[in-house]
Amino acid sequence: MATEIADRKSRFSLGYIILIALAILLVLYGVFLVDDWHQLWKITSAPDNVPIVALLLIVPFFTWLGIRQARDNDQLIERLEKDPQLAKTHHRKTLPWRPGWARELHVWPFLVRIEFLAAVIVTVILFVWSILLDAPLEEPANPNLTMNPSKAPWYFLGLQEMLVYFDPWIAGVVMPSLLIVGLMVFPYVDSNPLGNGYYSLKQRRFAVGMFGWGFFMWIILIIIGTFIRGPGWIWFWPGQNWDHNAVVFDKNRDLHEIIAGWWPAGLGWLGTNWAAKAIFGALVVGGFFIIGGLFFHWLMLWKPTRFSRIDPSLPIHKRIWKWLTTWDEFEKKLLARTSLLQYLTFQFFAISVLLAFPVKLLLRLVFTIKYVWVTPWFNV
Amino acid sequence: MEPEGSDPKVTAKQEEKGTQSTSLTARVREEGLAIKEQATEEIKNLRDPRDTQLWKSIFRVSHDRSDPRNRSLAILSNVFLHLHPAKINRDAVRYNFTWGMGGITFYLFIVLTFTGVLLMFYYHPTKVQAFRDILYLEHDVPFGKLLRNMHRWAAHLMIITTWLHMFRVVLTGSYKRPREFNWCVGVVLLVLTMLLSFTGYLLPDDQLGFWAVTVGTNMARATPMLGSEGPFGPQLGMTPFNDVRFGLLGGSVVDANALLRSYIWHCIGIPLVASIFMAVHFWRIRKDGGISGPAPVQLEAEMKPVKKPSVLVTLMGNGNGAKPQVTTGAKPKEEKRVTPVS
Repeated sequence: MATEIADRKSRFSLGYIILIALAILLVLYGVFLVDDWHQLWKITSAPDNVPIVALLLIVPFFTWLGIRQARDNDQLIERLEKDPQLAKTHHRKTLPWRPGWARELHVWPFLVRIEFLAAVIVTVILFVWSILLDAPLEEPANPNLTMNPSKAPWYFLGLQEMLVYFDPWIAGVVMPSLLIVGLMVFPYVDSNPLGNGYYSLKQRRFAVGMFGWGFFMWIILIIIGTFIRGPGWIWFWPGQNWDHNAVVFDKNRDLHEIIAGWWPAGLGWLGTNWAAKAIFGALVVGGFFIIGGLFFHWLMLWKPTRFSRIDPSLPIHKRIWKWLTTWDEFEKKLLARTSLLQYLTFQFFAISVLLAFPVKLLLRLVFTIKYVWVTPWFNV
Repeated sequence: MEPEGSDPKVTAKQEEKGTQSTSLTARVREEGLAIKEQATEEIKNLRDPRDTQLWKSIFRVSHDRSDPRNRSLAILSNVFLHLHPAKINRDAVRYNFTWGMGGITFYLFIVLTFTGVLLMFYYHPTKVQAFRDILYLEHDVPFGKLLRNMHRWAAHLMIITTWLHMFRVVLTGSYKRPREFNWCVGVVLLVLTMLLSFTGYLLPDDQLGFWAVTVGTNMARATPMLGSEGPFGPQLGMTPFNDVRFGLLGGSVVDANALLRSYIWHCIGIPLVASIFMAVHFWRIRKDGGISGPAPVQLEAEMKPVKKPSVLVTLMGNGNGAKPQVTTGAKPKEEKRVTPVS
């Protein structure tokens, strides 16, 4: 046990360095880039935003708590895999265990008392919270006076933020449905029999990674929607004044317009003919699905290794190629257990939710492209 | 000890002596003493209420004796606790592992039901009164403000705990066989939790709720085929007066009908549905073998071999189509394209 604890200490020193670096960056941001502290305080201290400020602390804390236990288990797994004899006799947990200890406890009182304690603590937290902070109440509802910004409740801000990147039928209807169904199919597409009932990253790198991708994207969208979107749903950096008269110059071009303009000559019809636009867009979206599928396939099988471990005598492009094509044998074994239906279902949800969203976000925010597929009936 | 008055010998003596020696006052005194004695004894017996018939009729088992049988019975014979097993994995009580978020979510649902019912006493879901009721609640009802605050913050907290519960279940792989279906029930509960919160948002009938619900339901307008502004909606005859948004709001704008619909969904409809799903969710936990862990770690070598590896593994970019050795226990072939790691 002692050595395990020492290992944990050294392992997390890098984490502390990153934390300190982040803290320094935050201070520098505060000193040099925050113009309007009052604005920042107004947003962070609004009672309805308290849960989001809390999320900023709670989510990293529980992520850390989970990862810490996963790391411990991963170390144990590694040890047991190296020593099959130990694997036969070990109790296979990182938790303390002595022969002769009962494997089970009575729920009364050992679990019931914890539940009772949890209920008491939650009640106390709620009382303190409710005494200190009042639930917001605005003016009476007035259809003639639009709130600016008018925001959805914080847990739906992710969807509202999506409205910037997609038309309402995708952001408000299709994406939420895909999210719900995607969550439901999650257990059915994960063909990995390991890692059932214990924290592990080593054995479940891809599954945990994919869920984490979606989960953190959702949290980040909420944070953007709360702290960054101001009047007119304009992007204000934290600390910038929410200027109600701010005007943003948006170019809002569609992809086909850019292509039609770029091409040397003869593609002008792509900007005018509706059928050409529709076919062009369908091809782009189809291509996106193919490239996305290849990307996830690669990501699934890729074994992240240290670049320095790749044979340094090779020329740099070959080294990078080798680094990118180092496959994970364990992930291959998992893929060998995956049916076509599982695979295609996963790919569909991964591409259309996990990938489409950040890609469209980049297209919109960085390249100011509005639609990639324009038809007379719908635009994507 | 028998009371004196009921001793047959004494009574017989008294009768022999006749009326002269037993005056009325003496008899009253004697019987009074007897009543006193019995009453003292009965009160003495009441000192330990657990020996009374009343107590025993309610509580079938003693909760303070620590023998295994009593501890098990404490759980099994209690309707509120019987969803628990009598015994659990010794490590399953560790907060680090479980985070306790599922239980806390359920507790918050109870808190919200309790505070919600109290709030309903002071609230009318009508355009004229709704907002005034909130003002009344905040300024005149004793502890009204506390009640409303608690309802709101518990709702926020419930959403956070639901998410964290889901996050933990993913991290520990607890959605895996045989718990896949229960995960799906959980996803439905997650959606219901957010809808509960959303329908509650409109009820104060203030600007915040009104515009949040306007923004939210405007998206419904764009539902493909069912919304008046969605793809293929107009072609299918959808107008603002018959589409899915109209159905949600009970009108084409957020108004009195929307308030009433929101109220009924919030207070009756969704809680009912959620309760049913919760019952299934909790019942399935037991039926699927209780809490999933902390389970002993499994090793790669212990994965059961598959009979026929999927063709997927030999497709695209896996390095010369080398098949992984999943069917036999033999070592995997060395792949030529893979760079040996250090």
